[in-house]
Amino acid sequence: MAEVAYVNASRVFPGTPPVRAVDNLELSVADGEFLVLVGPSGSGKSTALRMLAGLEDVDEGAITIGGKDVTNTPPKGRDIAMVFQSYALYPHMTVAENMGFALKLRGVPKAQIREKVAEAARMLDLTKYLDRKPKALSGGQRQRVAMGRAIVREPSVFLMDEPLSNLDAKLRVETRANIAALQQRLGTTTIYVTHDQVEAMTMGHRVAVLKDGVLQQCASPRELYDRPANAFVASFIGSPAMNLKTVPLTAEGARLDGLVVPLSRAALDGAAAEGLSEVTFGVRPESLRLASADEDGMEMTVELVEELGADAYVYGSVRIGEHPERFIVRVDGRTPPAFGQQVKVTLRDADEVHLFHPETGLRLSA
Amino acid sequence: MSVDAAALQTARTGAGAAAPTAARRGRRSRLASVGLHAALVTASFVAVFPIFWVLVTSFKPDARAVSPTPRLVDESSVDNYVDVLSGARGDFLAWFGNSVTIAGLTTLLGVFVSSTTAYAVSRFRFPGRRGLMLTFLVMQMFPFAVLIVPLYNILLALGLQGRSLGLVLVYCTTAVPFCTYMLKGYFDTVPTDIDEAGRVDGLSPFGVFWRLVLPLARPGLAVTAFYSFITAWGEVAFASAFLSAADGSKTLSVGLQVFIQQNRTEWGHLAAASVLVALPAVAVFYLVQRFLVGGLADGAAKG
Repeated sequence: MAEVAYVNASRVFPGTPPVRAVDNLELSVADGEFLVLVGPSGSGKSTALRMLAGLEDVDEGAITIGGKDVTNTPPKGRDIAMVFQSYALYPHMTVAENMGFALKLRGVPKAQIREKVAEAARMLDLTKYLDRKPKALSGGQRQRVAMGRAIVREPSVFLMDEPLSNLDAKLRVETRANIAALQQRLGTTTIYVTHDQVEAMTMGHRVAVLKDGVLQQCASPRELYDRPANAFVASFIGSPAMNLKTVPLTAEGARLDGLVVPLSRAALDGAAAEGLSEVTFGVRPESLRLASADEDGMEMTVELVEELGADAYVYGSVRIGEHPERFIVRVDGRTPPAFGQQVKVTLRDADEVHLFHPETGLRLSA
Repeated sequence: MSVDAAALQTARTGAGAAAPTAARRGRRSRLASVGLHAALVTASFVAVFPIFWVLVTSFKPDARAVSPTPRLVDESSVDNYVDVLSGARGDFLAWFGNSVTIAGLTTLLGVFVSSTTAYAVSRFRFPGRRGLMLTFLVMQMFPFAVLIVPLYNILLALGLQGRSLGLVLVYCTTAVPFCTYMLKGYFDTVPTDIDEAGRVDGLSPFGVFWRLVLPLARPGLAVTAFYSFITAWGEVAFASAFLSAADGSKTLSVGLQVFIQQNRTEWGHLAAASVLVALPAVAVFYLVQRFLVGGLADGAAKG
C-alpha cells in the first residue's frame, strides 16, 4: 500500500527535435486508489507508466512511491508489479513458476510460494492450469496468469499497461469488471493505462487524460464527463463523441441554424471579456432531441442512423453559417427517423451545454 | 427442430461429397512419387557413401586399401585401430586429449563471449554498436592464410605461441563473430517485454540474460556451440602453425599427417584414425541436436 506521485516528471526522447513524450507531469495518486491514464496513441500514457516502473528514465522532475523518491531506483527496488499488454509470460516456465518467480527471486521459502500461488490461482480460476506452459493456454487464461503474477507478489503498486486490449470484446467486458472487483478487494494502489475511454470511465476512481505528453485533466469519471476542462477532454470522453462546433455569439447566446441557445450571464460576460465573437460550443448527443414541428430547432438532414437497441444515434448535417456541420443526436430506439429525412433538433436542457475558447480550447462556462 | 435436421442432413451430404476431393489433394501421382524417391535416394547415397567407404577402408590393411577392384571385405581386421590407439604411429591419445581440450575451451569461451556480446548488441544502444557488428562481418571475409603471420606475431608478443590457450584464442577470433551474428538473430526474437517483466520481478540485467533470455535462445546456443566445436576440432592450418612441433602437443588434425608420408600413404590407418576423430564430433552433435527445436518463445505473448 502506498501513494504515488509524479513531481513535474518529464521524459525527453533524444532526436531532432527532441520529443517530450511526457511533459512536466504533476499527478498524485492516493493510497488504494484506482487511477486510469487515458489518451490517444502517442499521448505518453504508456511512457508515464513505464517511468513509474523504472523501465524508462525520468529526465526531469521526480517520482515518489510511498513518499520515497524512486526516481533513480531500478525496477526491482520499487516494490511494484506490472501487467504488460503482451502479458510477457516466461514461456519456458509453467504457470505456477511464472506466478511464483518474483517470490523465488526474493528467497521466499518454497512452501510459502506454493501456498500463495495456489491462493492467487483460486482467485483467478487458474488452479487447473498451474502445471501448463503459457503456450498451452488461451488468450484469456494468459491474461489471468499475467494478473496472477502481479497479485502473488503483494506489491505496493499495480501497474497495468492496456492489459485487456488483446482480448475479444465479450471477454474484455467480463475481465474489466473482474479487475475492478479484484482491485477493490485487494485495496492496492493501481495505475491503469488504456486508450479506451469506456474502460477508463468504468474502472477508474479517477481518470487522468493525457494528450501529447501533457496532462489535460484528472478527475472522477463523472466530473470528467460533466465538466471537461477543455475541448480535447470533451471530445475524447464520451461515446459517441460530443458535438463540438465553433458558432457565432449574439447578445442572447450562441446562434446555431434556426436556434439560439441562451447562455448564462456569466458565460456571456466571460466571452465578452475575452473579446470573443465566436465560441466553441459543445453538446452531447443525449442532450439533444428531436423537436416537434412547431418548436424552434436546427434543420438537420439525416445521413446515418445507428440502432443500438434501446437507443439510436442519428448522424446528420446542419448548416452553420455557410458550412454543413455534422451533428449526432440520441433518439429513442423504437422510432428513429429514416435516412434522408429532414428533422428538427433542439436541446433537452439549455444547461447541458459546454463552452470552450475557440483558440485555446479552455472551458469558458461555469 | 425439423429445420435443424434438414440443415444437418445437407451439411452431412455436403461433407461426404467433399471428402474424396480433400483426400485426393494431399496425394501424389505415382510418377511424381517415384521421381521424388529416386532423387532422395541418390542424394542420400552421394552423402553417405564416402563415410561408408572410410569405414570399410579402416578395417583393411594399408596394402589392400587402394585396389583397382575394390571389395567390401578384404583381409579385414581391427589391426589398424589397435595400431592407432596403442600409439605405435604417434601419440594418438595425447593428440586426442589436446583436441578435446582445445575444442572444448573454444566452445565454452566462444559461446560465452558471443552470447554476452550478442545480448548487448541486441538489447542496448551504445556508441560503436554498428561499427562492432560491421567489424565482425568484415573479419569473416579474410582468408585464413592471410591471418596466420599477423596472428603468429601477436601470439609471440603475448607469450602464447606454442600453447593451447593461444590456439583457443585464435579459434575464438573466427568463431565469435559468426556466433555473435547467429545469436543476435535469436535474441532479437525474444520479446523485450520478457526482459522488462523480469526486471520488474526483481532480476538484475545479468539475471535477465542468464535466467530468461539464454534459456529461450537454446536452439541458437546449440548451433553456436556446435559451430565453435567444429571450428576448433577439424582445423589444420592454424594448429600446425601455432602449436609446438613436439609430438605430444599436436592436435588430431595435425597428428593425422603422420600417416601421409612422401612416398606412401597408410590409407587403412588414416581411415581408422579418421573414424576415431569423427566420433566426438558426432557425440557433440547428438548432445546439442535435441535443443534444435523451434518455437521455444511461443506463448510469451498473445500470438
